[in-house]
Amino acid sequence: MYPSAFEYHRAASVSDALALMAQFGDDAKVLAGGHSLLPVMKLRFASPAHLIDIGRIPALSGITEAGGQVVIGAMTRHAELASSAVLARSATALSDAAASIGDVQVRNRGTIGGSLAHADPAADLPPVMLALGALIGATGTKGARTISADAYFTGTFATSLASGELVTEIRIPVPAAGSGSAYAKHADAASGYAVVGAAALVTVTGGTISAARVAITGMSPMAMRLASVESALTGQPATAQSVAAAARSAGGGLELYDDANASAAYKANLVAVYVTRALTQALARAAT
Amino acid sequence: MATRVVPDGIGASPRRKEDGRFITGRGQYTDDIVLPGQLYAAFVRSPHAHARIRSVNATRARSLAGVRSVYTGADLKAAGVNPIPVAWLLPGLNIGEYMPLATDTVRYVGNPVAIVIADSPARARDAADAIDVDYDVLDGIADATAALATGAPVVHSNAPGNVAFNWAIGDADATAAAFAAATTVVTQRVINQRLIANAIEPRACNATFSRGTDELTLYVTSQNPHVHRLLIGAFILGIPEHKFRVISTDVGGGFGSKIFIYPEEVVCCWVAKQLGAPVKWTATRSESFMTDVHGRDHATDVGMAFDANGKILGLRVNTVANLGAYLSAFAPAVPTWLYATLLSGQYTIANIHCTVTGAYSNTTPVDAYRGAGRPEACYVLERVMDVAARKLALDPAELRRRNFIRPEQFPYQTPVALQYDSGNYVPALDRALEIVGYAALRKEQAEARAKGRYIGIGLSCYVEACGAAPSAIAGAIGAQAGLYETGTVRVHPTGKVTVFTGSHQQGQGHETTFAQIAANELGVAIDDVDVVHGDTGRIAFGMGTYASRSGAVGGTAIFLSLQKIREKGKVLAAHMLEAAVDDMEFESGQFFVKGSPERSKSWGEVCLAAYLAHSMPAGVEPGLEATTFYDPSNFVYPFGTHIAVVEVDADTGAVELKRFVAVDDVGNVINPMIVEGQIHGGIAQGVGQALWEAASYDSGGQLLSGSMMTYALPRASNFPMYELDRTVTPSPVNPLGVKGVGEAGTIGSTPAIANAVNDALSGFGITHLDMPLTPGKIWQAIHTAKAGS
Repeated sequence: MYPSAFEYHRAASVSDALALMAQFGDDAKVLAGGHSLLPVMKLRFASPAHLIDIGRIPALSGITEAGGQVVIGAMTRHAELASSAVLARSATALSDAAASIGDVQVRNRGTIGGSLAHADPAADLPPVMLALGALIGATGTKGARTISADAYFTGTFATSLASGELVTEIRIPVPAAGSGSAYAKHADAASGYAVVGAAALVTVTGGTISAARVAITGMSPMAMRLASVESALTGQPATAQSVAAAARSAGGGLELYDDANASAAYKANLVAVYVTRALTQALARAAT
Repeated sequence: MATRVVPDGIGASPRRKEDGRFITGRGQYTDDIVLPGQLYAAFVRSPHAHARIRSVNATRARSLAGVRSVYTGADLKAAGVNPIPVAWLLPGLNIGEYMPLATDTVRYVGNPVAIVIADSPARARDAADAIDVDYDVLDGIADATAALATGAPVVHSNAPGNVAFNWAIGDADATAAAFAAATTVVTQRVINQRLIANAIEPRACNATFSRGTDELTLYVTSQNPHVHRLLIGAFILGIPEHKFRVISTDVGGGFGSKIFIYPEEVVCCWVAKQLGAPVKWTATRSESFMTDVHGRDHATDVGMAFDANGKILGLRVNTVANLGAYLSAFAPAVPTWLYATLLSGQYTIANIHCTVTGAYSNTTPVDAYRGAGRPEACYVLERVMDVAARKLALDPAELRRRNFIRPEQFPYQTPVALQYDSGNYVPALDRALEIVGYAALRKEQAEARAKGRYIGIGLSCYVEACGAAPSAIAGAIGAQAGLYETGTVRVHPTGKVTVFTGSHQQGQGHETTFAQIAANELGVAIDDVDVVHGDTGRIAFGMGTYASRSGAVGGTAIFLSLQKIREKGKVLAAHMLEAAVDDMEFESGQFFVKGSPERSKSWGEVCLAAYLAHSMPAGVEPGLEATTFYDPSNFVYPFGTHIAVVEVDADTGAVELKRFVAVDDVGNVINPMIVEGQIHGGIAQGVGQALWEAASYDSGGQLLSGSMMTYALPRASNFPMYELDRTVTPSPVNPLGVKGVGEAGTIGSTPAIANAVNDALSGFGITHLDMPLTPGKIWQAIHTAKAGS
């Protein structure tokens, strides 16, 4: 497990990191928690000539709530997400998802920004970003900008980040009163990655679902929202029957294939089951 | 059985002496050893399951910084290096040549082709990646049954049809007659899937050669250093044993995978001698998955015949065993003598017949993995018992009870060669049923099912054989080694004790349990006893640790040496007290004259006298040391009942393990805590096979489960608290009355889980699903069953 030789650079600040990224271009990879990058380097699937470590930039860490948004630094670790009282209150699905990632060691090292920049199609955080309507803050040499989660994920391991742009923070709107969110996951027994993971945010007004956002991971080339489920829920009574009716065909529009571990029919069933479980939990939380 | 005479003696549970260094990071594993002038090896391996090697071009690699040399299979062949030998022969065995580095053909993904030596591990890896091997890719075959079919790719030209051997045991005619007379016959095809051991410590070796003394020293992750020395020295490289020392320091798990002689350690020895410098190699986890021998991989058709009362009349078993691309050292024994001989289980079965075909395939070699044949036998038998119980409309516990060998039948001669030493099966079953609350649980199961919840209860009543013996029998059935063990006890002038054992530990806790035996017999504290193992330079000889043999065979060898020490101590004390030897007694560290305890000499006084030798009895040598080569008269046979309770989530197919009850009888127990620890780990490993683990290949031999991302190991969070108990039926075979516990948990647990899951699914009309019982497989079966009903 020896990676190819590379040069290590520790960035002292975001501008320092951006300068190094500009200097080395495609020969460089940014090192956040390292729990996706280092394994592929050890297997020599990736052999970047330069690593730019952003792990010692204090400004990139932390969770705060202000002005109707929760702001999360890109280098915030999964363990911090999972134990944050702010997130438990205002972005519960993110707490759920962070707690379900890997094991203790992975959660203590892995970061939200690293996960989103990597954009693994079976990662737990992307569907949560979609369901919660997160805004991804990115900074490049031309300045900072904000990308909506809907526009951020563009494919398998692909995002709309421009070359030389660094994820610096994630902003999540605090949901309206009467909202609840949840993430439910069927983990692969070996990897712990989501075979399917479903994230849901619902807002209930007077017993009726006034808004719903539902997204899944693991079953498609990238995390995606399930528009048909969302529209089937909106305006319906906040009941188990509504959830069941909306979730029944949740896997219908997906291109699913048989593989060694699971048939396409099983996968479609899992989507329906886990969308149901996430929605049921989100509705229960909306009611409290 | 000796009674306990010191606080930490036999039967006590002192904390493990070795754990201090392990939990503080002070263990010394093979990779921790760095020798002066250390060089590092990396291997070039085949990415193909089957290919001819057209050429190996190392020009680019040799030019890289820090690279010392590159060797290929041709270099070794030219130097007269022999193939890796098979250590267990069967009649008519077709042996495919197993060269340490492939010469003209590669036969599995990971087959080593060349070795690179460099001054750092990273540079060795860089250079290995720079070697260009030109392959002519051939069709490969992974599945054993497919490999035996007409027209399959041929792995070895001297093994037509990919048949390594055809083997049989039992009486075919009598078994056929029993089936003809039966009122009920059940048949089932069961797959025992391939597993990968996944020891925490990867395999490693570090070989060094002294040009001054002509001595080769090999540090290696081995369960049996003397076996390594014998096979590598005498059979492969032609190094005389007095010039070859094998040292195995701390070993971080083996589960069988570190018994065998592997290409890497052979090649590192040879290269170290060429270069006169130390050469170290440590497997990456990817290499572990690809090249550590795999386990199990049987496809079996089983039939069982019953009379009208549910008594078993006959058992018929036909097994195809996948042996992989080459015969690992004990590969021929595992699916034959270590498997079919256990097919009688806990039952009186008058007629048994079993055939086994060993097949070559383009996969990693298969050999012993925790249990080695006995889990495969237990799974076949206990699974078919549950299938039969359903067909006979009998409770699975009742069907087993009706067929148990009764206590008065011991020693019990089975129709498949073994004679069980002792057993008492009903109390273990009854205790397990009592702990689990069987009757109430069945009621709860029925109530839950009415509400759409699928609880399953699975039993497994196992018997297994530990410490294969005696050596004469092992030799008669093909072992190319004896199966005795050595134990030397050296008492120092101060009365402190060093025990040298031919057993070797990979986590078993021998430094504690063997010290407990010594402390018990000599009346000293366990801290006054050190146990030395794993070094051919310090230990007389040894056959090592596997097959749960260390307590029964290695422990007894030590025990017998301790008796010799006690006897000599009596002789010395009698001389010092001017008493008759026959009048001497030894208790609690004092030698005294029978009836006159005031006439005594302490342990320390006698030890010192033995070494001062100022006044020795006539004809008695100075010193206080004894060695025993103990060759047992028989195996020992632990047994027990395991019960698993699971719940299947019909929506997802997920299995929740709710309870696990194990009542094991491993004979007398030296350290109950360590015994429980072995059971705990064993159960986890057995549950792993039932629910998660599978080494999988595509049909042509590409390994699909080559990492922790794709090979699912059990995790602590998957398990409830175990509910354990023991019954104690001492073995009459050895004076300690001990059996073995290293594999019992693994052997017993797998069928209990499989039976529980299949029991849960019986409500859907599902009769059998093969392991691993993954959610996708279970849901699909439920889905199909629902669609069909």
